[in-house]
Amino acid sequence: MSDTVVATESPLLDLLNGFVAELRAAGLPVSLTENLDAMRAVTHIPLEDRETFKYSLAATLVKNFAHWKAFETVFEVYFTLRGPEYSLVDGEWAGQDNDDDDDDSPDGAGNGQQGDGEGQGGGDGMSPEEMAEMLYKALMNGDQTTVRALARQAVQRYAGMEPGRPVGGTYYLYRTLRNLDLEAMLERLMQEKRDTASQPMSPLEERLEHDEYESRIEKLKKEIEAEIRRRLVADRGVEAMSKTLRKPLPEDVDFMHATREEMVSLRKSIEPLTRKLAVRLARKRRHGRKGPLDFRRTVRASLSYGGVPADPQFKFPHPSKPEIIVIADISGSVAAFARFTLHLVYALQGQFSKVRAFAFIDGLDEVTDYFKNTEDINEAVHRVNTEADVIWVDGHSDYGHALDVFHEKYSKEVSTKSTVMILGDARNNYHTSQAWIIKDLQDKARSVHWLNPEPKSYWDTGDSIVGEYAQYCDSVWEVRNLRQLEKFVETLV
Amino acid sequence: MDYRFTSVEAVTEGLEGVDYLCDESISSVTFLADRLQKPILVEGPAGTGKTQLAKSVAEALGARLIRLQCYEGLDESKALYEWNYKKQLLRIQSERGSEGGWDDIEDDIFSEEFLLARPLLEAIRAEDPVVLLIDEVDRVEVETEALLLEILSDYQVSIPELGTVTAKQIPLVFLTSNNTRELSEALKRRCLYLHIDYPEMDRERQIVLTKVDGISEALADQVARIVRSIRNLDLKKSPSVSETLDWARTLVLLGIENVDAKTATDTLNILLKYRSDIEKATKEFANNGGEFSS
Repeated sequence: MSDTVVATESPLLDLLNGFVAELRAAGLPVSLTENLDAMRAVTHIPLEDRETFKYSLAATLVKNFAHWKAFETVFEVYFTLRGPEYSLVDGEWAGQDNDDDDDDSPDGAGNGQQGDGEGQGGGDGMSPEEMAEMLYKALMNGDQTTVRALARQAVQRYAGMEPGRPVGGTYYLYRTLRNLDLEAMLERLMQEKRDTASQPMSPLEERLEHDEYESRIEKLKKEIEAEIRRRLVADRGVEAMSKTLRKPLPEDVDFMHATREEMVSLRKSIEPLTRKLAVRLARKRRHGRKGPLDFRRTVRASLSYGGVPADPQFKFPHPSKPEIIVIADISGSVAAFARFTLHLVYALQGQFSKVRAFAFIDGLDEVTDYFKNTEDINEAVHRVNTEADVIWVDGHSDYGHALDVFHEKYSKEVSTKSTVMILGDARNNYHTSQAWIIKDLQDKARSVHWLNPEPKSYWDTGDSIVGEYAQYCDSVWEVRNLRQLEKFVETLV
Repeated sequence: MDYRFTSVEAVTEGLEGVDYLCDESISSVTFLADRLQKPILVEGPAGTGKTQLAKSVAEALGARLIRLQCYEGLDESKALYEWNYKKQLLRIQSERGSEGGWDDIEDDIFSEEFLLARPLLEAIRAEDPVVLLIDEVDRVEVETEALLLEILSDYQVSIPELGTVTAKQIPLVFLTSNNTRELSEALKRRCLYLHIDYPEMDRERQIVLTKVDGISEALADQVARIVRSIRNLDLKKSPSVSETLDWARTLVLLGIENVDAKTATDTLNILLKYRSDIEKATKEFANNGGEFSS
C-alpha cells in the first residue's frame, strides 16, 4: 500500500466527497476505508473513460448488488451529467412547440427566455409524424445513435419542461412517453416484421422478434429518462436533484406503499433472501448445541494426536422443528404484505415440520393445499387470491368473524407445538374484535405472533384494534419491509 | 512494484486471448485490483463465469493458479497450514538414544521442513507469480471467514511457532460467492466488489461463437436470442452461461441449423433444470403470439 492519497485539494476529491455523502444519505453503508479506496482508485484509472470510472467507484463503494441501482442513479447525477457538453444551451427549454399539448401544463411566466432557439441540433423543423417515422426507422434498424438523438428531441418537444417548475421527473417521463405512444410503435414494428417475412412466423420467432424490439424500446426509454434527468440537474443542481431521486433500497421499501416498479424489485429480492435465510437457519440448527459424543469421529480425530482422544467430537442434535400456522389477512390494503410473508414462510418450509396457511378477509379458508404439489409459489399465491373462499358478506376485513370461523373449524388442530403467526393491520371496520379467540390460541399454542405492516404510530388509530389483540400475543411486530420481515423469521426458529 | 496490466484495454485483450470475453465492469475491476493490490470479491448467479474469470486471468498472465475450495467446516489446517505430525513423530523417534537435548529437537520439528503449506500459505510463499482463487467463500461459517482477513489485507500469515510469513510478491486474489449468505462487513471492506450478471445478448452471442466449435453465426445468434427471451420469463432458475454453451453444443451435435419451436422445447431440459420452469417456457413458446397484439 505504498501510494498515498493525493493530499492536495482538487475539485475531483471534493466531488467525490459529496458523492459519498450522497450515497450514505441514500442508505448505502460506505465505510471510511471504502471511501479512501475510492480516492486511491481514481488516481489509477483514466478519468475520461466514464464506464471504467463508474465500475471502479462501484467496486470500491458498493458491496451489495441490491444497492447497485441506487448507486447508478447517484452516479449519473453526479458524474455522467457533468461537464461543459452537458450544460444547457440558453433557450433549450421547450417553449412553444408543445402548445398542442393538454391543458395540465401550467403555461405561463417562465417563457421569457426561449427566444433564440439555436444550438438545438437538427430536426427542429420536423412534424410529429416525421419524427415518429424517424424513430420507427431507427428502432427497426437498431440505430442507437439516432435513437439517442431522437430521445433528446422527444423530451424537448413533449415533456414541456420549464426551469424552476417543482414537478418530479416521472411526470415529464409520462408526458413524453404518452406522446410517443410506444405501444403502438411496437405493434407497428411487429406488423412490419410479419408482413416482410417470407413465410408466416412461428410463435417462437414472433416471440424473439418481440423481445428484441422490446429491448430496443426499453433502451429508448432509458435514454429519455437520462435526458430528463440531465435537464433537471442542469436546472436544480446536483444536490437537490439527488435528493429528489433518492429512493429506498429494496430491503427498505414499504410493502403497503410500494409502486409497481418497486414491487418487481421486491419480488426479485425475495428469492435470494429466502435462500439466504434457509441456509442460515439450517446452520443455526446444526451449530446451536452440542449433542452426545460421536464415537466414530472422535476416534478419527484422535489419529492426529497419536491415538489420544484429545479432541472429542459430538453429534449434532436434532431439535424439534416448529409447526407454523399462518393466518393472513389478504384484503386489498395488506395483500402485498401477506403475499410476501406467505412466500417467505413457504420457501422456508424445510425448516419447519409443518406449515399450514389460512387466508381471510371477512370469511376464512384454509389455503395450505394451494401450496402443496406446486413448485411455483407465485402461482400458489395467485390461487389464494382468486380461488380461496374468503369473503363472507361484503369483502371488507372482519377480523372478528374470521377468527370465529377459525375457532370453530380449526382450533382443535392448534397444539403446543404450533407457532401461530397472524398477519394483518387489525383494521376491523368497527366490527367486534373477538379477542378472546386470540387468548384461547395463546393458551393452546406454543406462541402467538402478530405481524402488522403498518407503522407503529398508526396502531390503534381509527379502526385499528391491534392493541386489543396484542395483549394476548407473545409479541407484536411492525413488519413494513423485507429487512424487518427477515429479522422476524430469524427469531422463529 | 510492477503492475501486471498496463491499462484496462490490456486486461480486455489479455482475457480475450484466452477466450474469456469480459465486459467493461470485469476488466475495470480486474485492472483496479492489480493497481490497488486488493482482492476481488466476485458475486453473481451460478454459472456466469466467476471461477472461470480467475482461471482465465491466471492463464492470461501465465501465472500459477492456487485454488482453495471452501466448504462448511473448513479450518486452519485445511486452509492455511498444518504441522506434519507423523513426520515430527518420526523425527523424535529417530532421535531417541542420541545425544541431542529436547530443545534441539523442538527447534527442529517446528521448522519449515515439517510445515505442510495449505493453499493460502502456499500462495503467500510462492516465488513465481500466482493467482489465488478462494472459491465459494460463502460456504464457510462466519467465524472461519476471520481466517482470511489477515491474508487479504496484509498478505501475511502468522504462525505462532515460526513467526509471520509475509508475501514475497502480492498475489492477485479472487474470492467467489454465490451469495447464499451475507458475507461479513470486515471481509467485504477488504475487497473490491464485482457483480457478474448474465451477459448482454451481444456478448453472449460472442461467447457462444468463441466457445462452441463449429457453430454458425446464425445459430449462435438464435441461441443467444432464445436464451435472452427465456431469461425474461419469471423462472425459478434462469439458464446460466454454461448451460447456454451446453445447449449450443448439443444443437451443433444434433446437426441443427435453425432452431424452431419444436427443437427448442425438445432440448429445453439442457437449459432449464426445474420441471415447472420447463413447462412454463414450453407454454410461452407455443403461445401463438396473440398476447403481443395491442
